[in-house]
Amino acid sequence: MREGRTKGGTWRRGCVSCPSIRAPKVPLAFSGGAMGSWQARPEQQHYYHQLAQKTGFSAEQIKNLHHRFRELSANGETIRAHLESIPTLAKNPIKKQIIDAFFDKRNQQEGESGRLEELDLGHFLMVMSHFRPPRHKSGEDERCAVRRQKLRFLFNMHDTDNDGTITLVEYRKVVEELLSKSGAIGHEAAKAIADAAMLEVASTNVPHMAPDEFYEGITFEHFEQILNGLEMESRMHIRFLDVDTSTVRCGKAGSTSTP
Amino acid sequence: MLARASAALLLPPLLFLAPRARASSDPAEAEEEREGHGHGGGGYRVVQWEWSYVQTPYVIAVWLLVASVAKILFQLSRRLTRVVPESVLLILLGLALGGLALLADDKQPYQLEPALFFLFLLPTIVGDAGYFMPARLFFDNLGAILTYAVAGTLWNAFGTGLALTAAHRLGVIDERVEAGLLDFLLFGALISAVDPVAVLAVFEEVHVNDTLFIIVFGESLLNDAVTVVLYKVYISFVEVGTENVQMADYFKGMASFLVVSAGGTSVGLVFAVILSLLTRFTKKVRIIEPLFVLLLVYLAYLTAELFSLSSILSMTFCGIGANKYVEANISQKSRTAVKYTMKTLASIAETLIFIFLGISAVDKSKWAWDTGLVACTLIFIFIFRALGVMGQTWVLNRFRLVPLDKIDQVVMSYGGLRGAVAFALVVLLDGQRVKAKDYFVATTIVVVFFTVMFQGLTIKPLVKWLKVPRSTSRKPTINEEIHERAFDHILTAVEDIAGLQGYHHWRDKWEQFDKNYLSKLLLRKSAYRKSELWEAYQKINIRDAISVIDQGGNVVNAARLSLPSVTSGASFPDASNVTSYLRENGSGVCLDLQVVDKVPGAKVEEETETHHVLAENLYKPRRRYQSHYSRHFMPAGEKERQDREVFQRNMKSRMETFKSGRHKRHKKERGLKKRRASDARDDGGDKPRRSIDRQDKDPVVIPVVSDEDDEFQCRRKEPETDDDVGITFVALKAEAPQKRPHSMTGAPPAADAHLPWKGGGAPWPPPCLSLEATKVIPVDLRQAWNQSISSLESVSEAAGSRAGASTRPASYAGAAPIAPAPLLEKNQEEEEEEDETVPLVPSRRPPVPSPLPAALAPGRHRKPRVYLRSLVTSPPSGGSEGPAGKGPTQL
Repeated sequence: MREGRTKGGTWRRGCVSCPSIRAPKVPLAFSGGAMGSWQARPEQQHYYHQLAQKTGFSAEQIKNLHHRFRELSANGETIRAHLESIPTLAKNPIKKQIIDAFFDKRNQQEGESGRLEELDLGHFLMVMSHFRPPRHKSGEDERCAVRRQKLRFLFNMHDTDNDGTITLVEYRKVVEELLSKSGAIGHEAAKAIADAAMLEVASTNVPHMAPDEFYEGITFEHFEQILNGLEMESRMHIRFLDVDTSTVRCGKAGSTSTP
Repeated sequence: MLARASAALLLPPLLFLAPRARASSDPAEAEEEREGHGHGGGGYRVVQWEWSYVQTPYVIAVWLLVASVAKILFQLSRRLTRVVPESVLLILLGLALGGLALLADDKQPYQLEPALFFLFLLPTIVGDAGYFMPARLFFDNLGAILTYAVAGTLWNAFGTGLALTAAHRLGVIDERVEAGLLDFLLFGALISAVDPVAVLAVFEEVHVNDTLFIIVFGESLLNDAVTVVLYKVYISFVEVGTENVQMADYFKGMASFLVVSAGGTSVGLVFAVILSLLTRFTKKVRIIEPLFVLLLVYLAYLTAELFSLSSILSMTFCGIGANKYVEANISQKSRTAVKYTMKTLASIAETLIFIFLGISAVDKSKWAWDTGLVACTLIFIFIFRALGVMGQTWVLNRFRLVPLDKIDQVVMSYGGLRGAVAFALVVLLDGQRVKAKDYFVATTIVVVFFTVMFQGLTIKPLVKWLKVPRSTSRKPTINEEIHERAFDHILTAVEDIAGLQGYHHWRDKWEQFDKNYLSKLLLRKSAYRKSELWEAYQKINIRDAISVIDQGGNVVNAARLSLPSVTSGASFPDASNVTSYLRENGSGVCLDLQVVDKVPGAKVEEETETHHVLAENLYKPRRRYQSHYSRHFMPAGEKERQDREVFQRNMKSRMETFKSGRHKRHKKERGLKKRRASDARDDGGDKPRRSIDRQDKDPVVIPVVSDEDDEFQCRRKEPETDDDVGITFVALKAEAPQKRPHSMTGAPPAADAHLPWKGGGAPWPPPCLSLEATKVIPVDLRQAWNQSISSLESVSEAAGSRAGASTRPASYAGAAPIAPAPLLEKNQEEEEEEDETVPLVPSRRPPVPSPLPAALAPGRHRKPRVYLRSLVTSPPSGGSEGPAGKGPTQL
């Protein structure tokens, strides 16, 4: 599986035309019962269309991601196990948070919370859609919405106990994992940095605190406020492959990924 | 002859000089000398005129002086420099000087010689640009930069050349211009390349956003390979003649492009590796570290020239490649030295280039004017630039995550400035073979002047008018920096999960490779361990220090942040806006490659000072006369002397605070009262009374103050304080939780247990709540300090009264032996040397035995950790105290 991906170019995927034929053969670890219906082509189209509307991905991108998703849910193992065994992810200091983010219901829809037991394609795409670059001609409102959504994703990642604030403990953990996993900085230093960062938030957002007040933690509004200066538009994006580039690689990748 | 001999005896150096003066072939010089002989009377030469001996260096030095003075003069009028870019002023100055020279003499004696330009002036600018190139930004946009540099330049070159040929055929360009297709293509090649010097000079003052700048500037650097190859290919074609050019030659030209660009780059990278490796072993010869950097970067340039590869590419990549490792390897001082040297050289080279450009223009012998050619060239280069930018951007935008919009394209088209490179290349042309050389020279001068002067003048208003996003010259806040890191990891992770191997994937791969192999090879062991995160940490620490000062020394602590184990709140000191302060302070990525420390903002001076001082981080004693001198070693700061200095300064500042801070305190007090009414409850906050207390406590110190104070007064009068005025943070006396009776404070929260200043290990001084928060700060920060100490006092007083009697006596006992200050004072007259290696993290610092009174020990111990302590000064005082926990507990 892994070898195939590293050898076979960017996508371990079959030809674009393949999935509809091969789809039924691949065991699907979906929890949703309704998912069975999309395997027939028109339904699949419909399903893709729905997903496209929901997530903003193009149909081709969804196909690509769908293929990847099937890879991740193959062999009857859980997706989490698959995600955790991605070799390139092993060294990532925030591996755990990222994987958790996929199972976090808050990243799916507004108003929900809690953990997902297992992912389906829709969930997978929803999380991925946070990293979709904005359309070229997007208005100011849309831009703001995208920015907010991305910030929300980050916030949810930090706010592990899901209480609406990033407490100092949570923030320390984030910073520690970001900084000290690379080995250079000790835990104390990381903690000091987290404290400094927290203080910064406190002093930016609540400049005049009453004497008996103390700063509970970063709320989402404060979070938005402190990252105001950060240009999210250019940062939290990755390039999802479109049809034009993936067809080029199709033959090569197909040869290695076919079981 | 006898006289001569005796003169030689009297003036031995002249003996050495005389024969050379004799040997000078210039009759004027000889005459001069005879005159000198005559005036000396009796053949006894007291003074001799040795012009020919010193001529070359003298002329160079005078030119450098003229250029530097010109820069000062321009800065005299701020209104002028705000509107007119410096480059324009310099060219005008050059024109004026050239005019003067022309009046005096028919021949223009000083000109922009291509050899001078390519061997000395250009490398200094490119070296600076490459070394301080914001690497991340550069590589993030490498695709766009390469496209514009290669495809764009080729398009411009061919387009301009062909269009000019067509115009020539059509008769728009006069028949006198004897030029064929090849000549025009050659001219197109040299005139089409965007010039790094001009771009830097103009864009530096415009402050467009980072991406836009790096694209234009990167293009101007990387197009060198294209220009060089095109130029050389055409020259060789012109030499053999159009009819003799064979098909193979075109392919050779293509191959030559690959060789020149790849070769130049690899030469640069090889030198980058050599340089990094060398600096790894310079620990014992710190003093010549900067020289290594300058030499090897320059050698990269020369070596590429030697093999006729692209020297600019070589130098740029040498700089970019080596920067990270070199900066980590060399000492802080060397870093500063390298920075200043490079910036100085680049700045002066740029100045000279523009002055010489101006002078060179005033030379009738070169001019051959043809209005048609000039007009056509101007129009064509502009049209082709605009078309090229539009076309390429259209293609690029399909691949870019952040598209370049219309406004960006306009600025990029308009910012395509031509400069001295084109001029030097056109002067290099062989007039025998390229018949129209004089026309080309004149046209090039006009084009350069037009782009630099007209476009340079108008680009600022244009940028304003188009509302181009400017670069925000602020430092990222801590949170932003943390999240920058987080983004990288998140994006890499998401790419991995999505099974993509995109940009982030490869960047991560490269970083892994760098960490595992390159850094191990090229970095010192100590530097390797620190790595770049260390830098981040250091930065943050420095910032905290700023914020401490900014907040008037009010010690903000982590107890204010809610920890689950701490139920008590802590009073919030008047937290002024840290981030706004930071925002004003300093510029972010130093894109202005020639600006060393240009800090915008109202409080420029103060902030520069602060920044400077803080950047040197930690303690820097006042500089005294250097008592010993060594050419090879910078004497390392001696700790004990420092400690004494710290002590001495502490005393001074304390007295200063006491004396001058009174009325301020009253003001402050009122403010404080408003802000935290709860403080009033603990009546320990009564400042005047406390001051008197202090005076009673340390009576011995008072005599010291008077003269110190005078000195201080003097210093205060000077508006510009010396950069070397150090800043000292001697932290508050410890309030180590473990020293406190647990019954009093409650158990420190578990989370706090491994904080460095709270965990065990170093022997902590007894807790002291009195005013040992002594900082010595530069004069212009004095006010902030005064505020800070008063607030600290109030706070500590309050906390102290609450914390209970058991801690208090200890603290006084600790404070008392400070008295023998005058004694120590006397020993201070020796030279003090700053110690730049004082680490920030306390654990790295071994405790050093001190001859000083024990009372000083806390100060010394604390010193390195003050930044951290400023964050988390106190143990969150216990929740067990119930209602008292609501009180002002932050100290």
